[in-house]
Amino acid sequence: MLAINATFIGQFIVLLVLLWFIYKVVVPMLAGPIEARQRRIAEGLAAADQGQQSLVQAQVKVDTLVHEARERAAHIVDQAQKRANELVEEAKAQASAEGAKLVAAAQQQIELDATRAREELRKSIAGLAVAAASKVLEREIDANTHADLLNKLAAQI
Amino acid sequence: MAAESPSEYVNHHMTHLTSGQGFWAWHVDTLVMSAGLAAFVGLLLWLAARRVSGSSTPAGLGSFVEFVYEWVDGEVGSIYHGNRKFLTALAFTLFTWIVAMNTMDLLPIDAPGMVAGAFGAGHWRVLPTADINGTAAMAVLVLILVIGAGLRSKGVNGYLHEWVSAPFGNHPLLWIPNLLLNAIELLSKPISLAMRLFGNMFAGELIFMLIALLGLGLKHASAGSAARLGLQIVLGSGWAVFHILIVLLQAFIFMVLPIVYIAMAEEHH
Repeated sequence: MLAINATFIGQFIVLLVLLWFIYKVVVPMLAGPIEARQRRIAEGLAAADQGQQSLVQAQVKVDTLVHEARERAAHIVDQAQKRANELVEEAKAQASAEGAKLVAAAQQQIELDATRAREELRKSIAGLAVAAASKVLEREIDANTHADLLNKLAAQI
Repeated sequence: MAAESPSEYVNHHMTHLTSGQGFWAWHVDTLVMSAGLAAFVGLLLWLAARRVSGSSTPAGLGSFVEFVYEWVDGEVGSIYHGNRKFLTALAFTLFTWIVAMNTMDLLPIDAPGMVAGAFGAGHWRVLPTADINGTAAMAVLVLILVIGAGLRSKGVNGYLHEWVSAPFGNHPLLWIPNLLLNAIELLSKPISLAMRLFGNMFAGELIFMLIALLGLGLKHASAGSAARLGLQIVLGSGWAVFHILIVLLQAFIFMVLPIVYIAMAEEHH
């Protein structure tokens, strides 16, 4: 049962033929396409990686752009606020200056009116004084003759 | 198979269809089965490889063969670190051929003999790996490749030097022990390879025969006959299912160990 005989030689030749066929024909037919496919898969994965990376880069760029835009917007709003404040301040200053001018004019008017009223009052007091004096003296005083006197009197009042 | 004694039955199944005498005896059944299966494996792999190289999205047989090839290539790559083109081909050849040959053990044990009998052949052992010639041929090729790998990586002088100087050391008194140990180490590899596969498949075949003996010579219907037939079916099916594991496992072992041996032969001591 354990006899080694010529069958061994035949088996050896069969093995060599099959090995040669698989080594020279089958394996190259399999290995080529498999390697090509693996290379394609590797390339695809690399491309995906690259895409991911450029996406990250784009995200970073977008972030910086948005940040800049936000900063600029804030700056513009700031400036606008400042300008508005300035305008309000200016308007206030203008208004108070105008008010002061109006008040000054009114005061002048009041003083003028008061002076005029005082003048009128003096005049009428002079008249009254003349009338009263003429009654007291029982004689008519010539207004023209005694104008100096009357004026002095009126100025004293 | 009527009216045979159990020993006649087993002996009949253990006899090769032989042509010639002495050393020049040819086991016709072993040679025809192994060469036929080699042709089958080669054709199948070629057809599958053509599909793989013909399309970018292989399916079916192409994918299956590609999957087996990549698995074998991965196994070889995990053992041998170098250009492994030839070793992958070797492992792929050994694995596919041995699986094909071992699978013959799963054929009903008497069927091949009946077919061969119809062609006038008195005996027909269907399992080439249960013939020591079949396994020894593969083991001797591995032996040659192991020696070749050693010579190639160390040169003739380096290789011969290692024979006398390792493992004990380079001292004239130690040359003989070194030589002896190296011879044993080298020869144990093909012998264990050949005997392991042969022993496993021979024992598996023998157990199929013993199970088949249960139903041998049943002549009339009785409760006892029915029980023996039932037992034969249950045991035969169970052993066949278990044997699928052995078919693949032994092929895997015979694929991996040669690669391990060749990788070891290229290591420097």
